[in-house]
Amino acid sequence: MTNKKFLHNTGTFLIFGGPSVFAFFAVVLIPFLFGLYLTFTNWDVRSGDHTFLGLANYVEVFQDKTFLTQLWFTLKYVLFTVVIANVAAFFLAFALTSGFKGQQLLRTGFFTPNLIGGLVLGYLWQLLFSQVLPYLGQKYGWALFETSWLTDTNKAFWALVIVSAWQLIGYLMIIYISGLMSVPVDVIEAAGIDGANGFNKIRKIILPLSAPAIVICIFISISRSFLTYDLNLALTKGGPFNSTELSSYHVVQKAFLSNEYGVGQSEAVVLFVIVAVIALTQAYFLKKLEVEA
Amino acid sequence: MRSPKPLAFLKTILLYLVLLLFLLPFLLVILNTFKTTQQFVENPLSWPKQFNFDNYIKAIDDMDFMTGFLNSSIITISSVFIIIFFSSMTGYMFVRFKWKANSILFFAMLASMTLPFQALMIPLVLIYGELGLLNSQGSLLFMYLGFGVPFAVFTFHGFMKGVPLELEESAFIDGSSRLRTFFQIVVPLLKPVMVTLIVLDTLWIWNDYLLPSLILQSPSMRTLPLSNYGFFSTYSVDFSPLMAGLIMTIIPVLILYLLLQKQIIRGITEGALK
Repeated sequence: MTNKKFLHNTGTFLIFGGPSVFAFFAVVLIPFLFGLYLTFTNWDVRSGDHTFLGLANYVEVFQDKTFLTQLWFTLKYVLFTVVIANVAAFFLAFALTSGFKGQQLLRTGFFTPNLIGGLVLGYLWQLLFSQVLPYLGQKYGWALFETSWLTDTNKAFWALVIVSAWQLIGYLMIIYISGLMSVPVDVIEAAGIDGANGFNKIRKIILPLSAPAIVICIFISISRSFLTYDLNLALTKGGPFNSTELSSYHVVQKAFLSNEYGVGQSEAVVLFVIVAVIALTQAYFLKKLEVEA
Repeated sequence: MRSPKPLAFLKTILLYLVLLLFLLPFLLVILNTFKTTQQFVENPLSWPKQFNFDNYIKAIDDMDFMTGFLNSSIITISSVFIIIFFSSMTGYMFVRFKWKANSILFFAMLASMTLPFQALMIPLVLIYGELGLLNSQGSLLFMYLGFGVPFAVFTFHGFMKGVPLELEESAFIDGSSRLRTFFQIVVPLLKPVMVTLIVLDTLWIWNDYLLPSLILQSPSMRTLPLSNYGFFSTYSVDFSPLMAGLIMTIIPVLILYLLLQKQIIRGITEGALK
């Protein structure tokens, strides 16, 4: 490469890539690397002093009973949210691809909760759980709703799951719809002629052929629900007595309220690794089940 | 897969009922924004005696809605604009110039999309705090650019691979520069991807709470989600204005959605399945 050409190429690079690459480095790449470094130190915000600790922060993370309890709570929450949201979204998508009038309107309607940010959504449901449902419970004597769900650890867990699934369903439904629409109609018809009933058609043909959509939907729902923060903040604020703190909520609290940056960052890294491992493993195994039409 | 007629009709009715049930939480909240808090607490299910907008007026005043709305609009519109402007250029460069640095950068951006925000927020606050760049809308814009670039570049890259080279070549023969060719020939072709990205990025930035809550400290800079948060923590017993505040935060994206629903749905499908 001649000198002049090199200069010319550098110029092109700076014009076309300069601003975005700079922002990417400054906001994503450098903070990520610095964050990794942070996990090996005891960073003190006030003095700015720090010493190298090695793996001490990670040891602390895994010895912290609270963190482990909350991680377990988070895993349960993710499991129920992912299963409920995906099953519901799949059947909705199935019902909304059969081709009838008003199909489009219904799709639009089911998607609406996704327009709303987690914070607003959380407050909206908080009012329902703390005001509307107890009103109904007391008026009609339904024991299940008599007290607010958000003041009871077990019920608050289900409140979180229900609201998260409620939001995710529409988003996943859209992806399932496009997955289902790529299943060739003649294959399904051929199966019908060969005597397959509705259930067998779903199990043997439609499910395997829409495997790519399933992989993506489960991937999206796992990573999204692992990182739930706004909803947790608005719905329960981690209460009652920190019993409904999800891991990612806990990380924010840890870092910014107790100023333990090193430990907080280590928790964030552990959380990231867990999400990545679970999400990629499921994608790997489900991909193996994929078939060609 | 059509079902016989009466059955299909039954199914349609059933689906509308499910939708009604699904959207009931919304409808209930909207209905109650027209009642006083007293009426809401007494019976949240009753039909409002009359539709008065007092709660909306109170919410606009008390949560300083206009400031929040203006800040949110400025931040959302300018972030989306700079993300799309710079990412389209970078996506173009990645497709047209097969330099080694480009493929490394592209891979780094791709990999970074798996990074959750929670793993970056502590170092972000530390670094930008140290530099004295917190509490500024400019910093927030810059961060949205940095976080938005990978997905946008990836999307442009995917689309531009399918754009034929011939058009650009004929422009070069006519003596057009690289930059001019990009803006006059390539950009018009990118419209469909741009709409998709505008919608997805708008939904993300308009609704974002965590990042602005870490960056913006002074009340005058608050975006709508921050105003909602402040409003709820201070007035948590005056339910009716609170509900009106929530509904007002939703309305702008709801309008955008009704206008662009086809693109939103296509955008999500393409964004996810590619």
